[in-house]
Amino acid sequence: MSALLKVTDAHVAYGKVEAVRAVSLEVADNEIVTIIGANGAGKTTLLNAVMGILPLTGGVAFAGKDIPRLEIEDRVAAGLSLVPEHRELFGTMNVEDNLQLGAFRIAKAVATRSFERVYTLFPRLKERRKQLAGTLSGGEQQMLAMGRALMGAPKLLMLDEPSLGLAPIIVADIFRTIGELRAAGVSVLLVEQNAQAALKIADRAYVMELGEFILSGPAAEIATNARVAASYLGFQHEGASGI
Amino acid sequence: MNTTIMLFLVQDGITNGAIYALLGLALVLVFAVTRVILIPQGEFVTFGALTYATLSTGNMPGTAMLAVAMGVVAFGLDLFAGRSALHPRLVARAFAINILLPVAIYALTSWLAGKNTPIAVNIALSLLIVAAIGLSLYRLVFQPLAHTSVLVLLIASVGAHLALQGLGLVFFGAEGQRGPTISDAAFMVGPLRFTGQSIAVYAITIAFIAGLWLFFGFTLYGKALRATAVNRLGARLVGIRTTLSGQIAFLLASVIGAISGILIVPITTLYYDTGFLIGLKGFIAAIIGGLVSYPLTAVAALVVGTVEAFSSFYASNFKEVIVFTLILPVLVLRSIAAPEVEEEKD
Repeated sequence: MSALLKVTDAHVAYGKVEAVRAVSLEVADNEIVTIIGANGAGKTTLLNAVMGILPLTGGVAFAGKDIPRLEIEDRVAAGLSLVPEHRELFGTMNVEDNLQLGAFRIAKAVATRSFERVYTLFPRLKERRKQLAGTLSGGEQQMLAMGRALMGAPKLLMLDEPSLGLAPIIVADIFRTIGELRAAGVSVLLVEQNAQAALKIADRAYVMELGEFILSGPAAEIATNARVAASYLGFQHEGASGI
Repeated sequence: MNTTIMLFLVQDGITNGAIYALLGLALVLVFAVTRVILIPQGEFVTFGALTYATLSTGNMPGTAMLAVAMGVVAFGLDLFAGRSALHPRLVARAFAINILLPVAIYALTSWLAGKNTPIAVNIALSLLIVAAIGLSLYRLVFQPLAHTSVLVLLIASVGAHLALQGLGLVFFGAEGQRGPTISDAAFMVGPLRFTGQSIAVYAITIAFIAGLWLFFGFTLYGKALRATAVNRLGARLVGIRTTLSGQIAFLLASVIGAISGILIVPITTLYYDTGFLIGLKGFIAAIIGGLVSYPLTAVAALVVGTVEAFSSFYASNFKEVIVFTLILPVLVLRSIAAPEVEEEKD
């Protein structure tokens, strides 16, 4: 399978401090890949740099094209989409408007189909479609952020800590939906501290520590790795959100 | 106090206030979308008014040439900014917006100038010219600075204001001008005399406010503009270009400025630097609205207009002083009421 996203030897720095060092990663078509790691490991920084929010040195290729110089908006047009950690919703606009803007770059006919798809994935959003995004619960906001990203019919959806601060039952719901995305032909790059849940739905996983990948491989193997089990899975029982 | 006089003053205040409301709304819009405090708004007023007045006397306004010149520089900037990947489509688009559009407007203006064109044509031409200038102004001054702080943008804004005011003096001279009224009709309601011009002011203000409401509430681009104002990063993440939002905001602001100027110039004599003072009054309304609230800005503008009318009757020497002093208690109240603002993030 050809790589949809291919990052080679990427470095991201805040001034003189390198938050991400010599990271290489691949996401294939129809694949769910997760990056797990502790708080401050550089996971969010890496995703933001791939999206173009932060400058990155090294190679980034998406769908066979080099994109390190593209603006965020052009990466969106190419089919790359990020659901950021803070969701960045349009709080004073209603759910439907948020979703409609998610389809800003695509044709109206396609957008209509996207609406159906998103409302099928998240029936709750349909119930709340006239409500202001800022007044939704945390779980609903996460659903809306994912729905808004999916409205643009992306090839690869990058999710930054979708479970952060949510009740376990909602986390389960969100992860179930992420698993369903594969059937819809969307690849997923998932950054999570909730390693247990992430490894369950992912095909492959990378483990990040202090800005570097220390381990990678099929998710099932990573889940049974002694070091990962001790550092990331040991205290993840009872669905602790890991804040 | 004499009731008739009071009614007169209120009427006068509301007519002026309507204009300030338009300008205040444009300021709030531009600030929300681009974080630019648009000091050159006053120049849009002057340019609109004096271009219209010049066209009405059958002469060619210098602003038409300015639009072309600014377009040429903007085109150069576009080419330079996109030098690493010059797609023919990109070049064609930049050429159409920056060169073709202002040149077409210039050609149309020079063809029609001096032909005793009807008022509607002169108004349309003036709006087109100022709109082209507004669009290029964003490209030249504010787009390259889009990522900088509000303070840098404000300083650039002051610079743009001074430059445009100077150009205004070159194009229109130090003499004041008046333009022809849109309508000479007049009728009486009780003691009050309503001129066609004042009715036009009310009608156009209301039409613009309704138009803006429809645009922001129901069109995709209007919503995209609101989205940029609410959450700039969120907007970029769905593919809304900050540049596009900025262009639309400046286009709207320049057209609103120009139409305000065209509405005033038959009522008061306008000089090359009058627009600044008029723009500042819109600015006071916008500040009272906290630079965020459209309804509060509109109401504040009517208050500013009324206070101005009354103070010019009772203490005409202190007219401007009284109007601008309005801002002090508002700022004090706001600084007490508003919570500590965090340092700007982006």
